[in-house]
Amino acid sequence: MKIQVNGAWREVADAQLARALEDLGYGGCVVTTALNGEFVAVQARERTALAEGDRLEVLAPMQGG
Amino acid sequence: MLELYGTALKSRLLLGTARYPSPAVLAAAVRAAGCEVVTVALRRESAGERAGQGFWSLIRELGVHVLPNTAGCHSVKEAITTAHMAREVFGTRWIKLEVIGEDDTLQPDVFGLTEAARILCAEGFEVFPYTTEDLVVAERLLQAGCQVLMPWGAPIGSGRGLNNLLGLRALRAHFARVPLIVDAGIGVPSHAAQALELGYDAVLVNTAIAQAGDPVQMATAFAQAVQAGHAAHAAGPIEARDFASPSTPVIGTAFRG
Repeated sequence: MKIQVNGAWREVADAQLARALEDLGYGGCVVTTALNGEFVAVQARERTALAEGDRLEVLAPMQGG
Repeated sequence: MLELYGTALKSRLLLGTARYPSPAVLAAAVRAAGCEVVTVALRRESAGERAGQGFWSLIRELGVHVLPNTAGCHSVKEAITTAHMAREVFGTRWIKLEVIGEDDTLQPDVFGLTEAARILCAEGFEVFPYTTEDLVVAERLLQAGCQVLMPWGAPIGSGRGLNNLLGLRALRAHFARVPLIVDAGIGVPSHAAQALELGYDAVLVNTAIAQAGDPVQMATAFAQAVQAGHAAHAAGPIEARDFASPSTPVIGTAFRG
């Protein structure tokens, strides 16, 4: 299915968020996620299912003022 | 000693971590300033570049308190979601709450800010609201549960210093016991010293140090200015006056009478 990851359309094979993150290359990364504007905690990733057209944000620590 | 939500701090200079020429210079500036609190943000991570991973390692090595921000958020909803994400990644209840209302000045949307502050405080966050010097807004933020306020000096990155001295003085006088941190707009160390002389508890500086010709030297200068300003406030500055008042004793002046 196609979803938007950080604003770019990507094809993901697995609907489960935790596995999709692995497939997208985020394995081992310190990241935090939001799906369609709602925060999804690390513990909830395994029970979170992605659907066609979903908007996924994958954020990490960055410089800030 | 400065105390923010129960955390005692020796340094009254908080640093932003953005816009430094390199991570090494950032680390050196933080150390040179003796800084104990740095602000950080969340941004989209590329699985290829993994830029955030290296940055997070660097910050952890510095061993300082981390104050995540909600920079770039323009709505209550965005700010709250960002706060939740920041709490998970950074492992802190602290959040520097920014809800931007106007893009040219990056002026806070104080209506959204108070609403977001109320929600986040109720959820157990320790909120550092980026606000204006408006007394009524400040009162609302305290009612919402904020125990620290961060009024702007001038628009973010403008380097204009304390734009509304009268308003900042009034805020300080009105909320004598609330930790007040001037956030945004500070350009040179004298601005920071002035904030501390007014009785402000601390300043948060980013661009003025990060974009200086020599950020490490500038960080040192800011640390000295903050110390001087704080000491001056404690020492009790004289009142300004409109006319001269001779400092040399007038009694015994030669050639008179």
